[in-house]
Amino acid sequence: MFITAKAQEAEATESEENIIMKLMGYKRENGRYGIRNHLLIIPASVCSSETAVNIAKLVDGAIAIPHQHGCCEIGDDFDTTKRTLVGFGKNPNVGAVLVVGLGCEGIQAKDIADEIKTTGKPVEYIVIQEEGGTAKTVSKGVEIAGKMAREISKQNKVEFDISEIILGLECGGSDPTSGLASNPSIGVASDMLVSMGGSSILSETTEVIGAEHLLYPRFEDENEGKKFLEMVKRVENRSIAAGHDLREGQPTPGNKAGGLTTIEEKSLGCMHKAGHSPFKGTLEYAEELPTNKKGLYFMDTPGQDIDSITGMVAGGAQVIVFSTGRGTPTGSPIAPVIKITGNSSTYNNMIDNIDINAGKIITEGVKLQDLGQELFDKIVDVCNGEMPKAEALGHREFGIFRTGFTY
Amino acid sequence: MQSALHIDEKDNLVTCLREIKKGETINIEGKDYTANADIPVFHKMAIADIKKGENCMKYGQIIGTATVDIHTGDYVHVHNCESTRGRGDRK
Repeated sequence: MFITAKAQEAEATESEENIIMKLMGYKRENGRYGIRNHLLIIPASVCSSETAVNIAKLVDGAIAIPHQHGCCEIGDDFDTTKRTLVGFGKNPNVGAVLVVGLGCEGIQAKDIADEIKTTGKPVEYIVIQEEGGTAKTVSKGVEIAGKMAREISKQNKVEFDISEIILGLECGGSDPTSGLASNPSIGVASDMLVSMGGSSILSETTEVIGAEHLLYPRFEDENEGKKFLEMVKRVENRSIAAGHDLREGQPTPGNKAGGLTTIEEKSLGCMHKAGHSPFKGTLEYAEELPTNKKGLYFMDTPGQDIDSITGMVAGGAQVIVFSTGRGTPTGSPIAPVIKITGNSSTYNNMIDNIDINAGKIITEGVKLQDLGQELFDKIVDVCNGEMPKAEALGHREFGIFRTGFTY
Repeated sequence: MQSALHIDEKDNLVTCLREIKKGETINIEGKDYTANADIPVFHKMAIADIKKGENCMKYGQIIGTATVDIHTGDYVHVHNCESTRGRGDRK
């Protein structure tokens, strides 16, 4: 007989405790460990994005993150954009950084570079208006980035403890199988990582609406718990204050076609990604997870997958697990994204995008604990260098969350 | 494989694990229920009467409110169950 996720979770044991697991990765100057060794070209603003892309095209292995932000933003949006760009540069999966600015934009290339430099990794910046146009900037950028690519290629992998890993938890294109199979599987894998001293980030504040009363008691610190509730209320109030019906955007048409009726139903499925571990605290969008206080965190990100993953990677996540019911191909520029679905039809339909089929829990009666272990093993392999499907197919979607206007 | 999943004893909804045809009778925890409409795979069926304005329950939690009287065996989705959260349209 099919056993519910809930019943299987009850069978979970604490046997993972005290297991020491070692991974192979790149040690950074600040003591953190990356599982990839990327050369990142960061445009300071939309105005320097194309130039950054052109530099990356000419240097093997370089990755640019073009975006639509960085100028004429104020308040929270200014801070969020800057924190995200700096966070991407600081992420331990990045070995070296070149920041490309136009010169007159709100967020200055030098400021981004200076903040990333606090990690000790190689960082340089160039400014289009100072270099004298696109051609000269691309030429100089390629010279700098080419040298960086050669330098980071000399770095060898070293052994490090799995407790150094920050895992980002995401779900997108959800259907009812997400809450029954794939998200609970992620919860098992996340609990395993946390029990070994590592960290996980639950995200997507919109998709907590209707489930916040179940997560709140799991915060160890009452103030952090209250902050979490405020984050959820803030999102709901944004919709109410604008006179909008949240149903216009959530659940999405695909969620509904799959069988999810309300945001509450979606949220009650989404929250299973956080397993049963206690929450250490809350993080603002793209805020760095404190490495001196590891464990499970909640980050205030939107339900939109790309913006959400971008926030967690900026917060330091080296690897993402992403559950999907309808199927989605998206990845991240610098962190491998592992896809898992609870829907066997979706797995077979989009087999070139999805790594793990948790639909076996529903169709074959595979135990949740076993599927969680399968996912955990995949996370370990991916940390050690195996490419998940999104990474192999070059999916590098990047999006910065915003709440205000462009001025 | 069972036809539908009743997650929590408080739930007045079940999740169909395969497509259920109108008029088809399925057994859930020893009790028979007849579907009043075609219900697609992973969509929900009511296993109790839910009056207009009453809560629709799944995972032992409230997932929304009935917008009409829902009868045992009814297909439950956006046409008869709605969210109560983030409703700026109700200001």
